[in-house]
Amino acid sequence: MTALDTAFAASAVLAVLGGLLAVVTRHVVHAALWLVVALLGVAGALLVLGAELVALVLVLVYVGAVVVLVLFALMLTRAPAGPDLAHAVGPWRAVGAGLLGLASAGLLASVLVPLADGSVDRAQVTTTQVAGELFGTWVWPFELLSLLLLAALVGALAVARGHRSRDPKAVP
Amino acid sequence: MIHLLGPYLLAAVLVGLGVAGVAVRRNAVLLLVGVELVLSGGLVLLVTTQAAGADRWAAGSVLPLFVVTVAAAEVVVALAVVLAAFRARGSIDLDAPATAQDAP
Repeated sequence: MTALDTAFAASAVLAVLGGLLAVVTRHVVHAALWLVVALLGVAGALLVLGAELVALVLVLVYVGAVVVLVLFALMLTRAPAGPDLAHAVGPWRAVGAGLLGLASAGLLASVLVPLADGSVDRAQVTTTQVAGELFGTWVWPFELLSLLLLAALVGALAVARGHRSRDPKAVP
Repeated sequence: MIHLLGPYLLAAVLVGLGVAGVAVRRNAVLLLVGVELVLSGGLVLLVTTQAAGADRWAAGSVLPLFVVTVAAAEVVVALAVVLAAFRARGSIDLDAPATAQDAP
């Protein structure tokens, strides 16, 4: 058990606890905030594995943008401040979802754990190398990504505006 | 030195939690929380392959960046759809049966 193992275990425990609470909590706003904790744990785990750039991007994009967007959507859909009783599920649904999650995790673990044959060094990929590959080998997928973001932006705007613009006389 | 068991187990548990979250939620916005957890499990796996040595063209660092960007785009479009559905139906309950006025 090296120091890196310990640091990884701490981040992993944070991630799993945050994810568990994000899934089971009744408070909708708390679910989004526990997702922040889970993603910070994942970012810490990625940091230990040697991918500093990915960890930073994860925090910037997920915590900075996605979770804020989810919080805004919760406000716009009039989420209650307390427990969300309107969307409460029965015990059988909860048990079934838990079993489904356990089955998925068990299936993945049964495939992955036999591959875990020993310890590895922390990855030594510098940000300069990543940038060189990103704008060399991966430049066309990267450019395509900008097109995807533009399409998502325009599409989200068009969908969220609804039909009002098409028929100005209709009562919204 | 990091033993590979940790990252693999973390990825499996995160994906399991995400799948359970997708299955258990009736609030359409909170469904996305489960999707984000599944994607973060995938990120952990991608970065682990980089540390495990099977890494060409810095794919273990570049592909997670792509995954994060695609996930952000997906969340934007999904939330726009949820808001449009909330405006049309007045509810974002995923279990609610479709009514006649929902049909286009």
